[in-house]
Amino acid sequence: MARVVIRDLNKTFDGVHAVKDVNLEINDKEFVVLVGPSGCGKTTTLRMVAGLESITSGQILIADKIVNELPPMDRDIAMVFQNYALYPHMNVYDNMAFGLKMRRFGRAEIDTRVKAAAEILGIQAQLQRKPRQLSGGQRQRVALGRAIVRHPKVFLFDEPLSNLDAKLRVQMRVEIKKIHARLGTTAIYVTHDQIEAMTLGDRVVVMRDGVVQQVGEPLELYNAPANRFVAGFIGSPAMNFATVTIAADADGLLWANNEGIHIKLPAEVASRLRKHVGENVTLGIRPEDLRVASSSDPADVAFDATVEVVEKLGSEILLDVKVGPSMMAAAVEPTVLAKVRDQLRLALNPDRLYFFDGPTQAAI
Amino acid sequence: MAVSDVTTTSDTYAGSVRRWPITRLLEDERWLAFVLLLPTMVLLGLFIAYPFVKGVELSVTDAKVGVPGNFVGMQNFVVLLNDSIFRVAVWNTVVYTAVTTVFKLALGLWLALLLNRNFKGKALTRAFILLPFIIPTVLSTFAWKWMFDPTFSVINWTLFRLGLISSRINWLGDPNLALISVIVVNIWRGVPFYAISLLAGLQTINPELQDAAAIDGAKPWQRFWYVTWPLLLPVTLVVVLFSVIQTFADFQLVYVLTGGGPANATQLFATYAYQVGVGTGLLSQGAAISLAMFPVLLVVVIVQLLYIRRVETL
Repeated sequence: MARVVIRDLNKTFDGVHAVKDVNLEINDKEFVVLVGPSGCGKTTTLRMVAGLESITSGQILIADKIVNELPPMDRDIAMVFQNYALYPHMNVYDNMAFGLKMRRFGRAEIDTRVKAAAEILGIQAQLQRKPRQLSGGQRQRVALGRAIVRHPKVFLFDEPLSNLDAKLRVQMRVEIKKIHARLGTTAIYVTHDQIEAMTLGDRVVVMRDGVVQQVGEPLELYNAPANRFVAGFIGSPAMNFATVTIAADADGLLWANNEGIHIKLPAEVASRLRKHVGENVTLGIRPEDLRVASSSDPADVAFDATVEVVEKLGSEILLDVKVGPSMMAAAVEPTVLAKVRDQLRLALNPDRLYFFDGPTQAAI
Repeated sequence: MAVSDVTTTSDTYAGSVRRWPITRLLEDERWLAFVLLLPTMVLLGLFIAYPFVKGVELSVTDAKVGVPGNFVGMQNFVVLLNDSIFRVAVWNTVVYTAVTTVFKLALGLWLALLLNRNFKGKALTRAFILLPFIIPTVLSTFAWKWMFDPTFSVINWTLFRLGLISSRINWLGDPNLALISVIVVNIWRGVPFYAISLLAGLQTINPELQDAAAIDGAKPWQRFWYVTWPLLLPVTLVVVLFSVIQTFADFQLVYVLTGGGPANATQLFATYAYQVGVGTGLLSQGAAISLAMFPVLLVVVIVQLLYIRRVETL
């Protein structure tokens, strides 16, 4: 059992409050991803779990034991670093064996473990090479191998893929997922890439300015973001936002209006928004929930737009359009023939609208 | 191959565009290389090659001040072999170099490791560490001379006040203490060079490696021994190489402090060569003493350069 529990964790550096009251319970065998923009406190949190950074206040428990005062080596964790952090003067074998040597494992045991890890990662042929003779992807495999051989209670990953090119990143992402499925070790993974977070995490923790914004399974974050920040951070291309005024008509139906949009809200949404009538709120629409309107679409779920940029991605077309005063992105069918400066009518899916409170930005 | 290719290309250019003859000449890499090397060659020739050749020439004559001298073959070197002061100077130089190098390396490394940490006033401390190195040697050595003065010594005064000694210690007058005193001053002067150079070396080592080693279970001394030290080794070897050459040929410090005395107790190669060659005017004999250093230094340099190359290709 290697649960990791973080309680009321805080960190201040020279007066900067980098991590604020973080609470998190990570279950045994779970893969949890901390994601957020740079400076959000995710790496600092990870380094506190590793023991590389002191804890200002709060508690960290690994396998139900408080580890606040334990040095990294006694926490039974392994970490994979962004820049690989391989020992440049040691060959691949020695890099992977170093942690075992320091822990006084026998020669035969070390050999078995290193070779087993090398096989999992497909780096048997590189064991005698020095790190500088390896490609970026191979180096990252060695760094993973160094973590695997130790059979630690917890794996910590600090943006391990951000130095790789896009194609290799996808490949290694799959590899990490496979390794985790095979070894079942509890893992905490830090990244600023929301796609990595969504694809790897059993659960994802979104952080901003040292504060946890939302914890949840990937689709939960996508479908029910807790606030405007999470809504904008999760999903690619990012969610469109527009300020609208909620108005009630004579029949008691609610409408969201601004200079370019005049849409009727479905009953389920309307019930939540009733107390905001007359107020300005933020409307969120995901680009993939927009489509080119057809004649069968009712007028009250559509609006006019002017095309400004057309990006043809093959599987879909991304349109940057101007709606009233604001810009929006729409992911439309690849068959749509749209040119710059075309006037289009876009329709939305009224069941997939998001509303955020004006001042607090919390989801309504 | 490459050179002839370039020549062909420049010929083609010359046919199509009108150029000054000098421009055409400089487009030939062989000439350009020569022109670029010329200033260095002149400086090296004037200040290194010429004095060296002149020294070799002097050492095989019987020239004195004002007397051109005749060729006498290896006679000056034969004289040296039977010169007991020369043997003392050789021994002193070896002891002086060996002892100071060990201490300078140990203290310099220790200081570098301390300075590599994060603390308040880091920049200021680093600047202060360099002081012994940037003060002109003669000036700082004079200060030491006062500190070692039998009557006015601040060291004696302190030791006396602390009740550790009851009579004055003649630091530079006692043959046994004199060499130690000179060694202490050399270490004091040399440590900053080691500390700053090794600090520069330490800063090129990725700090993530320390984190990785800590997580791998290495204790602080193991992190130093298995990670920091091997990565610092190439820099260390270069620093030691420079330092050994400098120390072996050291002159100013001993000349100011003791002049080689008392009774040649601190006589080094360089001070003895000066004493014989300039002091007594036996130019040829002085040149021979200087040249006797050369084979030793040559061996040191070759061995170290080979070793550095081996370490760097590891």
